[in-house]
Amino acid sequence: MRYLPALIVFAVVIVLWEMSTAGIGRRVIPPPSAIVNAGLDNLESLRRSAQATAFEALGGLVIGTLGGMLVAFASSRWVTARDVLLPVAIATSAIPIIAVAPILNNWFGVLNPLSKMMMAALLVFFPVMINVTRGLVEVQPASIELMRSYAAGEMAVLRKVRIPNMLPFLFTALKVGATLAFIGALVGEYFGGTSEVLGQFVLTSMSSGRFDLAWAGILIGAVAAIVAYLSVSIIERIAIPWHASVRAE
Amino acid sequence: MTPPNRPTTRPAQPAVHLVDVNMRFHTRAGDTTALTDINLSIAPGEFVSLIGPSGCGKSTLLRIVGDLIKPTSGLVEVNGKSAHQARVGREYGMVFQAPVLFDWRNVEANVRLPLELMGMERRRREARVKEMLELVELGSFMRHYPHQLSGGMQQRVAIARALALEPTLLLMDEPFGALDEMTRERLNAEVLRIWQQTGTTVIFVTHSIPEAVFLSTRVAVMTPRPGRIINVIETDLPQPRNEATRESERYFEKVTEVRESLRGRRADKTATKGSSEDRLRAEGPVG
Repeated sequence: MRYLPALIVFAVVIVLWEMSTAGIGRRVIPPPSAIVNAGLDNLESLRRSAQATAFEALGGLVIGTLGGMLVAFASSRWVTARDVLLPVAIATSAIPIIAVAPILNNWFGVLNPLSKMMMAALLVFFPVMINVTRGLVEVQPASIELMRSYAAGEMAVLRKVRIPNMLPFLFTALKVGATLAFIGALVGEYFGGTSEVLGQFVLTSMSSGRFDLAWAGILIGAVAAIVAYLSVSIIERIAIPWHASVRAE
Repeated sequence: MTPPNRPTTRPAQPAVHLVDVNMRFHTRAGDTTALTDINLSIAPGEFVSLIGPSGCGKSTLLRIVGDLIKPTSGLVEVNGKSAHQARVGREYGMVFQAPVLFDWRNVEANVRLPLELMGMERRRREARVKEMLELVELGSFMRHYPHQLSGGMQQRVAIARALALEPTLLLMDEPFGALDEMTRERLNAEVLRIWQQTGTTVIFVTHSIPEAVFLSTRVAVMTPRPGRIINVIETDLPQPRNEATRESERYFEKVTEVRESLRGRRADKTATKGSSEDRLRAEGPVG
């Protein structure tokens, strides 16, 4: 029942939207009922598009997470790695993502889903790298002293202290990354590729004047991103039940 | 020096032997002398407290004995070996002011940590963890996570973990400093019982005079700037000690003796002529 107020607000917004668009502006801002109807009429096409986009987003999430973790582990372990990798990694986050989309399409093949995955991965990489690095480095100094008093080596400290300490940070990054991955995939799709993806679905609907259908595509994209976010949250609850952010209130 | 109720295995060899230990820290603001000319020999089975105000270097000295920091000069021997050899040989158990339990491990897994590190096989490990938790009377809390325990219970888990490897030397750095007085007194009694049962040597850092006197066979009094041991007071209260000990005449005398020693270097064995000191002397041999 914690989410009841949020649901009420959501319902009120939908009703107001429906009422205010009943008259004019029907074409550009269609009422929710029209969007739902359009979506139901094209359900099969929407489902295939959403599935393809989700595949790209999840692939990007995996690639970006692995890349971010790799850099984080290296830079938390070796000072030279940190000095070399960190500036480069930070520079990648400053790249205007929309500008590189056509380039990535060109590099990895505009019809290859990998080009969209790389877009998603680029967005996921940075939060994962920053958070995982913090999780590996920001360990209680007393924990390290304790391990040293047992004559534990670097590997034992990594396995028994740094990695468990890092997990909550990783999940925070994954929750952000799950929604970012969908944005990355959609942006990539806008710059061309196979037709049965959400980005192209929205574009073609709009160019043929079907704003209701375009909105249905956007809506499905949002729902897919929320599902991804919630999935990560559920995995988090199972994986780190001990952490303060997850404990039952 | 060894309590009368316990046999000493190696009477000739001290558990801890410190000769002319000095510690200087180099900082940007300049050099600070943390410890000067520390000389102390501790027999196996002794319970020695280091007491003194903040900044007297008592925690630093404990860390030097535990080979967590290297002294600038001087000899540090533990059971006849260098402190480093002793640490690599896992002869230490350490308890810090904070319990330093791992949030992701339940009580059982926290106590198991040192046993995992030394590669003890599973069945022996489980038996040992159970034994340790019964020793600190937390046998029914094996599956609890640290956040579900009170501060005192967390510190008992830390003690169980420190004892799991059967250390010959237990180093405790203000372990009860963050606890309320009632809990502290209860845990003091518990530490004494564990010490009696295990026969381990203990070095205990504290700034509580009653705690030091109640627990120790000897109390090393330290003063700051530069950190040094100005007096070592033998607290020859009868063993085993209990709540009655805290109310005995001799206990109050010892508390007074430590307090006066802390107050000024005058309270040193030879230098003092104070009236309370005279009263003490009249009642029996001191120090």
